[in-house]
Amino acid sequence: MPAVRLTRRYRFSSSHRLHAPVLSDEENRRIYGKCNNPYGHGHDYLLEVTVEGEADARTGRVLPLALLDGLVRRVVIEPMDRRDLNTEIDEFAALAPTTENLAVVAARRISEAWPHVLPGVAARLDKIRIHETRNNIFEISAADPAVRQGSEAAEQRQRVKT
Amino acid sequence: MLITRRIDFSASHRCASPQLSEAENLAVFGDEANPRGHGHNYVVEVTLDGQADAVTGMIIDLKEVKTILEDEIVRPMDHRNLNHEVAPFDSVTPTVENLAIEIWRRLEPRFAMTPARLHSIRVHEGEDLYVDYGGPR
Repeated sequence: MPAVRLTRRYRFSSSHRLHAPVLSDEENRRIYGKCNNPYGHGHDYLLEVTVEGEADARTGRVLPLALLDGLVRRVVIEPMDRRDLNTEIDEFAALAPTTENLAVVAARRISEAWPHVLPGVAARLDKIRIHETRNNIFEISAADPAVRQGSEAAEQRQRVKT
Repeated sequence: MLITRRIDFSASHRCASPQLSEAENLAVFGDEANPRGHGHNYVVEVTLDGQADAVTGMIIDLKEVKTILEDEIVRPMDHRNLNHEVAPFDSVTPTVENLAIEIWRRLEPRFAMTPARLHSIRVHEGEDLYVDYGGPR
């Protein structure tokens, strides 16, 4: 069976403020410009999740879409939709919520939950893309070291717990 | 990680090769060879490759990307006639393929001086046609 890539789109709306805590206020203003506005601003984000696998011989599907939807909604959409990324999402407590970093965080969250939500599903996460606006789009491969380091650390925590 | 910035511009052109006769140009390019020209709304998606900076969380300052795209694409090409006003289209046919190659040639040295590298470009000519170009291989 040939491998097929399937992409599913999700939307969420959040506020953020680009501010690096290790930099001075003046440096933050210079680097991030209007994105450093102390009151924050927001975006309607469009998230594309791409999975790769062989279509199941019986169902003709790469994976059960309802399981993928449930996973993405639980780890990304529900925690982030109508939320403030800086103050309500743990990873951004000390990390500027640029869409580069948001892409890493979302890919890690999906990648970490994958084996628990989709056990026995042969399809794998290929990449995600986040559209911040129609003009700015960020893409990260699931194989990127930034995503894998996070997932391996989570697996380690999981093993320690059990 | 890849980052894509999208911009648009509108320009007129006529697709015809000086190396072909008028009849051959009409046969190859059809309506695109209309001697009085016509125009399109072009959309350019520029994809850059890089790593997010550990402090700023940014691959590259998007304001700088916008400045480069305005300098190299919008200012010279928007509301222009490509054949008459934009080199090298006085001698190269301004097909969407050649436009993508020319845009790559203009952008590549500008991004070589930034933290990101030019990865690929996609040029849409109207709603239903686009080309992808990843540079000379």
